[in-house]
Amino acid sequence: MRKTTLALVMKLAASFAFAGESPPAPPPDRQRELVQFVRQDCGACHGLGLAGGLGPSLLPSALEQWPPEALALTIHEGRPDTPMPPWRRFLSEAETLWIAQRLKEGFPR
Amino acid sequence: MTPLRLFLVFFVCALCIACGNAPLRGAGDLGIVVERESGCVTLVDTSARAAYGRVCGLGDLSHAHAVFSRDARYAYVFGRDGGLTKVDLLAARIARRIVQSGNAIGGAISQNGRLVVAQNYVPGGIKAFDADTLDFVAEVPAEYAPGLFSKVVGLADAPGQRFAYALFDGGEIWVSDFSDPRHPTTRRFPAGRQPYDGLVTPDGRHYLAGLFGEDGVALLDLWRPDEGSRKILIGYGAHDEKMPVYKMPHLRGWALASGKAWLPAVGHNEVIALDAANWHQAARIPVRGQPVFVMARPDGRQVWVNFALPDNGKVDVIDTLNGRVMRRLEPGHAILHLEFTPRGEEVWLSARDDDKVTVLDTETFAPLATLPVPRPSGIFFTSRAHRIGF
Repeated sequence: MRKTTLALVMKLAASFAFAGESPPAPPPDRQRELVQFVRQDCGACHGLGLAGGLGPSLLPSALEQWPPEALALTIHEGRPDTPMPPWRRFLSEAETLWIAQRLKEGFPR
Repeated sequence: MTPLRLFLVFFVCALCIACGNAPLRGAGDLGIVVERESGCVTLVDTSARAAYGRVCGLGDLSHAHAVFSRDARYAYVFGRDGGLTKVDLLAARIARRIVQSGNAIGGAISQNGRLVVAQNYVPGGIKAFDADTLDFVAEVPAEYAPGLFSKVVGLADAPGQRFAYALFDGGEIWVSDFSDPRHPTTRRFPAGRQPYDGLVTPDGRHYLAGLFGEDGVALLDLWRPDEGSRKILIGYGAHDEKMPVYKMPHLRGWALASGKAWLPAVGHNEVIALDAANWHQAARIPVRGQPVFVMARPDGRQVWVNFALPDNGKVDVIDTLNGRVMRRLEPGHAILHLEFTPRGEEVWLSARDDDKVTVLDTETFAPLATLPVPRPSGIFFTSRAHRIGF
């Protein structure tokens, strides 16, 4: 079951608009907003330190098996049958991927 | 009076003044404001509408919750990181602190004030501690199936040294009786898919668990537990499409007013009013966003509602007589929580992104004071010490 889900996500991720080459990073002001956004609003479920809460841990050690594109897809589209909503209303695809990449390497303060 | 006696009288008076330099005061008008980033709480005096102290070193306070000792002197602050800190509000310092789990989500205090109970995500379950010493007393792991542990939500105290709570992953309501504190006994009841929070009614009789995974609310009559739980409000959102939920609503600010219960509709820009006599839906009140807290003013005349993203700068006030929004406010950026003064003449609102707490008059809606507090979230006043389910 888990493997099927993973395979599906990978397939979808591959079709994600910007898979392959990275879009330009958001400007510094927007990056600061995004950091706050993730810490505060994602943190509402995943914990301010992103170590997990109602939602799972978003620390690099917990995300090892997921490529950034898969994470970006989850952020963008949400996860059905879980409380994880699609965040595309608030984030562009480029911003979503930037967040996913930062999560993989340890999210900035 | 001889000179020696006179001297003794003066000496004793001087001693009294020296050791009793802090004036006596009560704690019934005090409270705390959680600072979610700094690990501190700001101590506030609701009569003076001012901060009078700050206590730090409480760990990760995102989503922190607090309950109070029955003498209203101590706040028990439950941190996200499993920290449980007993804060002395009069001395403005930490009295005791333990780290009781890895990932926690709040707690409650027993009817007799002797047990403080924390609810945990990891490891899933509840743990009881001595309210004086914070020594471990007992625990109930939320093992809903062999080897499977659930995150616990919606922990609330109930009369009879009981605690009711819901299992997010297990889909059940559990009621643990701590009459024999070291040997709690637990009864299990079905709830439904993904209960996200729960509450006990002000009389301590009913426990309600809001469901995230389906449209409905699970209800248990704690006076007649043998009748079991049942579901109410089934399919309450069927009239339109459920929207994405950017912040889980809370039921903790339970609103029972004008004979109705007022609840957030999950995934809809609505508050649901339930007839508290039969638990049937009485009305749906359109509001300006997805409700997070739906809180009744203590006299029940108004219900105040704050919202999830992107409407978290707004607050709607519902008139409970006619069931309509009577006032629309924009009191700040990211209004995370609100708390009424004990009898409701004022309300305190935390505006996270403005780093301030605003005090409003609940009749005129005029701002009365603003307190600078870094990244404020939960506001908790000592009047909670004497209310069931808070």
